[in-house]
Amino acid sequence: MNATTANVVSMRHITKHFPGVLANDAVDFDARRGEIHALLGENGAGKTTLMNVLYGIYQPDAGEIFVRGERVDIRSPREAIGLGIGMIHQHFRLVPTHTVAENIVLGLRDRFFDPARATHDKIAEFAEKYHLDVDPGARIWQLSAGEQQRVEIVKALYRGADILILDEPTSMLTPGEVEDLFAILQRMADEGNTIILISHKLDEVMRISERITVLRRGRAEATLETAHTDKRELARLMVGREVLFRTQKADREPGQEVLRVENLHALNDKGLPALKGVSLTVAQGEILGIAGVAGNGQRELVETLVGLRRTTQGRILVDGQEITWQPPKQIIERGVCYIPGERLTGLVPEMSVAENLILKDYCRQQLSQGVFLDRRAVARFADDLIAKYDVSTPSRDTPLKLLSGGNIQRVMLARETSQSPRLLVTAHPTSGLDVGAIEYVWRQLLQERERGTALLLVSEDLEEVFALSDRIAVLFAGELMGIVPADTAKLEEIGLMMAGSHRQPVQEAAA
Amino acid sequence: MKNTLSLEIEKRLATPRWLQILTPFVSLLLALTVIGIVFLTLGIDPFFAYRRILGGAFGSLYSLSETVTKAIPLILAGVGLTLAFRARFWNIGAEGQLLVGAICGTGLALALPDWPRAVLLPAMFLAGFLGGAVWGLIPALLRVRWQVNEVITTLMLVYIAEKLVRYLVYGPWKGESEMGFPYTAKFSPAAQLPRLGWSRIHYPTLLLGLALAVAVYILLMRTRWGYEIRVTGENPAAARYAGMSYLKSTILVMILSGGLAGLAGVGEVAGIHFRLRYPEGISPGYGFTAIIVAWLARLNPLGAVLTSLLLGGLLVGGDAIQISLGLPAATISVFNGVILLFVLAGDLLARYRIRLRRSTPQEVG
Amino acid sequence: MLLDFILSALRATIPAGTPLLFGTLGEVYSERSGVLNLGVEGMMIMGAITGFGVTQATENIWLGVLAAALAGGLMALVHAFACITLRLNQVVSGLALTMLGLGLSGILGRQFVGQPLPVDMPTVHVPLLSDLPILGNLLFQFDPLVYLAALLVPVLWFVLYRTRWGLSLRSVGESPETADSLGVNVALVRYLAVVFGGVLSGLGGAYLSVVYAPSWIEGMTAGAGWIVVALTIFAMWDPLRALLGAYLFGGVRILQYRLQPLGIPPNLLGMLPFLFTILVLWISAGEAARRRIGTPASLMKAYSREER
Repeated sequence: MNATTANVVSMRHITKHFPGVLANDAVDFDARRGEIHALLGENGAGKTTLMNVLYGIYQPDAGEIFVRGERVDIRSPREAIGLGIGMIHQHFRLVPTHTVAENIVLGLRDRFFDPARATHDKIAEFAEKYHLDVDPGARIWQLSAGEQQRVEIVKALYRGADILILDEPTSMLTPGEVEDLFAILQRMADEGNTIILISHKLDEVMRISERITVLRRGRAEATLETAHTDKRELARLMVGREVLFRTQKADREPGQEVLRVENLHALNDKGLPALKGVSLTVAQGEILGIAGVAGNGQRELVETLVGLRRTTQGRILVDGQEITWQPPKQIIERGVCYIPGERLTGLVPEMSVAENLILKDYCRQQLSQGVFLDRRAVARFADDLIAKYDVSTPSRDTPLKLLSGGNIQRVMLARETSQSPRLLVTAHPTSGLDVGAIEYVWRQLLQERERGTALLLVSEDLEEVFALSDRIAVLFAGELMGIVPADTAKLEEIGLMMAGSHRQPVQEAAA
Repeated sequence: MKNTLSLEIEKRLATPRWLQILTPFVSLLLALTVIGIVFLTLGIDPFFAYRRILGGAFGSLYSLSETVTKAIPLILAGVGLTLAFRARFWNIGAEGQLLVGAICGTGLALALPDWPRAVLLPAMFLAGFLGGAVWGLIPALLRVRWQVNEVITTLMLVYIAEKLVRYLVYGPWKGESEMGFPYTAKFSPAAQLPRLGWSRIHYPTLLLGLALAVAVYILLMRTRWGYEIRVTGENPAAARYAGMSYLKSTILVMILSGGLAGLAGVGEVAGIHFRLRYPEGISPGYGFTAIIVAWLARLNPLGAVLTSLLLGGLLVGGDAIQISLGLPAATISVFNGVILLFVLAGDLLARYRIRLRRSTPQEVG
Repeated sequence: MLLDFILSALRATIPAGTPLLFGTLGEVYSERSGVLNLGVEGMMIMGAITGFGVTQATENIWLGVLAAALAGGLMALVHAFACITLRLNQVVSGLALTMLGLGLSGILGRQFVGQPLPVDMPTVHVPLLSDLPILGNLLFQFDPLVYLAALLVPVLWFVLYRTRWGLSLRSVGESPETADSLGVNVALVRYLAVVFGGVLSGLGGAYLSVVYAPSWIEGMTAGAGWIVVALTIFAMWDPLRALLGAYLFGGVRILQYRLQPLGIPPNLLGMLPFLFTILVLWISAGEAARRRIGTPASLMKAYSREER
């Protein structure tokens, strides 16, 4: 039986392998003309893979694709574009040093001479029709995330796409920009375009979509009408069991102040101000969550705290001692541990588990004698941590890259939390992990909190921030918009702060 | 309903040990085959050529001794390069560091010919080490402080070192009794390294090389510094985070790499020629061949000893066919180039594997 | 007297810089596509021997030049295959090709050492311009290859910045994933850029052996290929600046010979181009950081669509 003609896209029994993982397992998916259809699932469920197959980036190992009723073989993005399919990736596929017009016209074969200049008229057309304001002459690196996304949309439309795939489109946007985007998408759907939205965010999916297909571990679990389902059901389909939205967090009286940041200023890699007078404190046994869209200074804040970035003004104190311009080694001595956002920043995948575990402590007396490393001591140290943190690995000498993402994170946690830090700085600790791993990480972090460690948590996942934090701070454009207690904070309030339009008096930790 | 059989190339998750060891040999074999074809097209009988090479390298006791002799500078320079490359510092200039080491050793020998041997020879080695180390430090500093690409700077310093040697042997250091040849005066006996029996093997340098190969291995795998060097090379970001100093690792690595090459240079002037000569006469590209020594040994200092012998043999064999076939000295570069390419490609075998895949299109429901 | 010295030195600069110009323009295109080609030295010298040998054999200088270009292009094809299709280490691959080129040219060239070239490259006579009093001698009495190199500069500049091809090339070098997602054939663009670079390197080498010298000496490029790689950085990957850099270096080489009568030992003077290269790199590194002009972002990184 062939795909019904009401479906503009129909994918049947799509299967795709990668070394060691089955990303899509006989998945069926279709989308109708003029609808907004959401693909829901956790990280690693196979949503992006499926759409990459539709867009011709991957070839399926098995299965068929029908576009507008005809069976097609999409062997490259070029062919996909020819069929009217456009994809807007989570991490924008734009050339930062080129202009908007150059990005839009890249790959097109209409004009040979001065191709960029010829696009200006048509860009203006789209701007009119869908309220997509873009300046053709601006360079991409000068634009905000929301503006860059609009460029991506125009790029797809310019090529005649009427089937648009958006991969986690709101991950880089402020709540305000999300509103704008949804308005644009709705307008486009009304005009007969088909929108496929990949997301793991239940709220958004419920708001904007007409139908939802849930993927879990490479399988299509169900396709539902949005109006006929609720968050609980969707969550259950996503993870396969009931999920708790709040963690078991014990009430705690925060103790002494551990971290004090006063009027911190710092520059980013381009030499522009990234932190403009940030002040905050974190106490023993408290988790301060830093919310905010990526790119508002979070990375720079974290890097100054662990000594990887110099400040231009202000002070950082740990336990009353100033650490402002000290090198990472000395800051580590003060009991500051760091779990970086990009996992591989702190780990060496080619080296063994043991060698990764000793990365910070190799200089200590118990692990080295003079210039030499004490191999037996290292082995004992490693075995101890592997057991304590339940790291699943064939041996301590196995290269780290062979471990699963969750186990790699365990190694990271083992290294950073085993030395009873005073302050634990962690950024995006659960990005890319499956639900089981996320639960484990959350539990570890809360355990640290129990133990009296002060934690600074940077996360883009508001759910994570709300679940773990005692107080929530919001960074916008390098400034602290406010710090509020987590149990009374409202999502709207936080969202406004993330968009820079709201300020709260800073709530100090109860001393 | 058609079953399609397809050959696919998949990335391996892990490389089995046996393959890791086998790969360099296969690469070498393939390379030699290709070179044989090249010879064929140039009108040279490849079998004759290879027989000559093998005979020249390993055919007699004399050949073997020559192979070892040529391996000596390769061991020293090659071990040094395993260090540099482990830190991902592309030291292409070992040849220059070797020459500067030779210059320094020569300088000492010419200035202090009457010193006792037991003092002069070690002093010459020390001077050579320091000279090579300085020559290696220059590009290291340029890279660490100003991010200047080290491939070009190390290479430029090779040319500069060559010019320096030429200047000295044609100019201020030209030997008076050498009839206008670009040689310095012959070294006094105190500055000449002893040889093993009737061979040209200057064994002190050989022993030095072997000892240093072991020392560098221990440094790399068993000490804090070696650990830092390896982490810095594999993941500079992690190294920074762990508080490892990129400056310290790079400087250390280049002092050792340059210094070791410098030692090789001293070995050549004090052990083989007993004088400084025009650059090609001191080193027919040992510094460049050392790159292959290191790469072929997969950057393992102990392995470098073995690959040095292999490539030393190739050099000796190359000399043999040069004479009998009238080929220019540059012929060895052809070997070097092709071998390097195939060793590089051999890594592919280790990284990927070929799978037979059967795919069956499903019934459309 | 001094004026004569300066004028004649200036005049000699342009041919001296021409092989460097060819090489640099080629390497600019190659690196703009994201592929580092350290095999330029090998390709130039293979171009030199091919140009010389074919010219000798056919007594036709243009055939020789053409063959040289082809030789360079073929070597570059090997490099392209290694780096783009097999995704091998670009540094080592280029080095291997240089070694190969130096050795092979030595073997092939043994019969040509000391041989004269049977034909000459004609000088181009530009009506009116060549007869100008001082400028005519200075700028308008060169052979066709000099003009070819100089003319390539504005052409390649225009193609790079004002055409569809150039846009694709620059995009592949800055962000291959982006280009690929828009249907640009990343591999093809890179292949073409690298081979084009090899062709120009071959031309540069041929210029040395067939016009500049003209003769064959083993290893006659004497590091010119490496200077080309340095010049590419100095040129900030821009054809116009490449012109400046190439002629500047040509000038340094000329200076090296013109200063000899002053009594400075020729070997010390011989260090000049190489010292200059280091200096140039040092300055460029600082300037690039200040002006925030970057290397093409994907330089030296192999690209694979399916690499997760």
